[in-house]
Amino acid sequence: MQTTQPPMRPARAAPTDDDIRDVIAAEKHRDGPLLPILHGLQARFDHIPDTALPLIAEALNLTRAEVHGVVSFYHDFRSAPAGRHVLKLCRAEACQSVGADATIQQVLAHFGLDAFGTTQDGRLTIEPVYCLGLCACGPAAMIDGKVLGRADAPRITAALEVQA
Amino acid sequence: MTHPLTIYVSLDSAAKALGADDIARALQDRAAARGIDIRLVRTGSRGMIWLEPLVEISRDGGPRIAHGPVTADQIDALLDGTAPNLGPTEDIPFLARQTRLTFARCGITDPLSMDDYIAHGGLTGLRRALEMTAAEIVEETKTSGLRGRGGAGFPTGIKWDTVRQAQADQKYIVCNADEGDSGTFADRMIMEGDPLSLIEGMAIAGLATHATKGFVYIRSEYPDAIAVMDRAIRIAREHGLLGHSLLGSSHAFDMEVRVGAGAYVCGEETSLLNSLEGKRGVVRAKPPLPALEGAFGKPTVVNNVLSLATIPVIFEKGAQHYADFGLGRSRGTMPIQIAGNVRHGGLFETAFGLPLGDLVNDIGGGTASGRPVKAVQVGGPLGAYFAPHQFDTPFGYEDFDQAGGLIGHAGITVFDDTADMGTLARFAMEFCAVESCGKCTPCRIGAVRGVETIDRIRAGDTAATDLLTDLCDTMTSGSLCALGGFTPYPVLSALRLFPQDFGATREAAE
Ligand SMILES: Cc1cc2nc3c(=O)[nH]c(=O)nc-3n(C[C@H](O)[C@H](O)[C@H](O)COP(=O)(O)O)c2cc1C
Ligand code: SF4
Ligand code: FES
Repeated sequence: MQTTQPPMRPARAAPTDDDIRDVIAAEKHRDGPLLPILHGLQARFDHIPDTALPLIAEALNLTRAEVHGVVSFYHDFRSAPAGRHVLKLCRAEACQSVGADATIQQVLAHFGLDAFGTTQDGRLTIEPVYCLGLCACGPAAMIDGKVLGRADAPRITAALEVQA
Repeated sequence: MTHPLTIYVSLDSAAKALGADDIARALQDRAAARGIDIRLVRTGSRGMIWLEPLVEISRDGGPRIAHGPVTADQIDALLDGTAPNLGPTEDIPFLARQTRLTFARCGITDPLSMDDYIAHGGLTGLRRALEMTAAEIVEETKTSGLRGRGGAGFPTGIKWDTVRQAQADQKYIVCNADEGDSGTFADRMIMEGDPLSLIEGMAIAGLATHATKGFVYIRSEYPDAIAVMDRAIRIAREHGLLGHSLLGSSHAFDMEVRVGAGAYVCGEETSLLNSLEGKRGVVRAKPPLPALEGAFGKPTVVNNVLSLATIPVIFEKGAQHYADFGLGRSRGTMPIQIAGNVRHGGLFETAFGLPLGDLVNDIGGGTASGRPVKAVQVGGPLGAYFAPHQFDTPFGYEDFDQAGGLIGHAGITVFDDTADMGTLARFAMEFCAVESCGKCTPCRIGAVRGVETIDRIRAGDTAATDLLTDLCDTMTSGSLCALGGFTPYPVLSALRLFPQDFGATREAAE
């Protein structure tokens, strides 16, 4: 039985050390290269692979614990890939003033979730976000990096259906 | 060269969020299918978010006529000139009542056209600054009275002077584009709608302080702003607005974009510098001031996007012109963001001094729901709530301070009478707990206790109210930065103004 496993995702080859080294090499020349490297890894692999930590540590002359400390500080960096689509729903005050709390509950329920997280089928990860700068047209949402305003539950589910 | 049919559609993310891309594409496709020759210009946003997607059409070089919010079934009528319209855009009262200095070009020009930029006054300020000494540039900035738009309101010229006088082989200009405050979006709008003004402002800051390298630290929640800034920097380099020889002079300045990673506290300047250096975004104790030991240990100007993007117009029109607007020690104009449950939400730039109530009711048009306004939060998640009886407070740094609040980054979030202020106070504590950098106990642990204490009050334990007040005192006095130190503003103002909302759960349960 696979049901207790993490989300089933389309087979994606695990990043090799060489892949990871490529990303590190592309950003290493910068002043303060660690965040650009982490963003580069997440853009390519959708998460920060555990195997990257010692490689980054070596390249930047840091300890593995230091690298881990930085990765874990920031909300953006994931330790495992997200679902096929990522939906971010704004929880901040301006969106609350136009009903974000209720919208969030409706959307989670629609996808069979009772809290933020990834659906069983691995199709969708729903995450909270604190402001997308769309505070005059909330509730605000972002689907795979694309903004959505006045995002009530029907508008969000419709937008996700287009994505399939 | 005028075109018979020029159509302007915003590429601002609020416009996109309401369908502007689809409208732009439909206009282009339909015009092509019907053999109508159009020139489509993607601009920044005019800031009238309730009218987005806004389509402006100029025929035969005439004024831009506004249509909005436009729907997909109006495409043919728009092309034919038979769609309902709002008259000339500039005459719409929301726009006509503004004094646009920082946002003078936003919504009018193509943000990535250097020609457009120059035709609308761009680079005039930098040219003037290039003829001045660093000390004169700093003096001009002081004369303008410009204070930091990121929240703390520190005079920009004084900060620059410290960096100017510091001795170092390398200095930096760091633009704080972390804009994490709910209810604010002016930084995003300027980066998407007039990014060259920010670049020009940073170049002038470089001249003032002998800094040759800049960073714009943009929050990751703003992918559109990141993309536009990246392209604008490339265009600026191509036109000599950045590089080893600014506009052919002997001065060098270059810059790059850095992307945040979802930590609100990284908007605090020292946390931001740690993040930029690739460290955990923990707040640093001051001193040393970033002006003396900032990025990579070097003297660094950290300024908000709006502070820097206002510099070019100050140098274009003269510091005194800017300083002539305003109230008391709040000089110039403020791009105010009207957000939340409000009918006419958007960006309203005006001289300091307008009463809060005018902004909410007159300009904002009251709530979007049509229900009475219950409260507004000014200055983001660390700002106080104001009730309608305080609406005569003039919009200015000192005036808000005296009224027990702050203007912060000038976001106003409107709530109607269905808002539960107890829930919002609890949220403020929860947000502080989630976003705390962890350095101070009153913030890290206190905020968690704050959530529990509000829950107790709401469950009927009235004695817990004193506990909450004490806890807030401890947070105020024992926090290193404003995250822990100012979270009591929204919490205590909500409690003071709406005590009934803290007993609501009990009544409902009984
Ligand atoms: C928790 C916290 C978050 C902040 N967030 C921002 C921000 O997003 N943008 C900003 O410009 N300033 C922010 N600030 C203020 C900065 O620390 C700093 O005062 C500002 O960048 C200085 O620029 P200015 O003088 O041009 O305002 C924040 C401060 C705190 C304590
Ligand atoms: S108040 Fe909070 S966020 Fe600020 S330094 Fe202390 S622990 Fe960090
Ligand atoms: S508060 Fe939701 S987008 Fe700003």
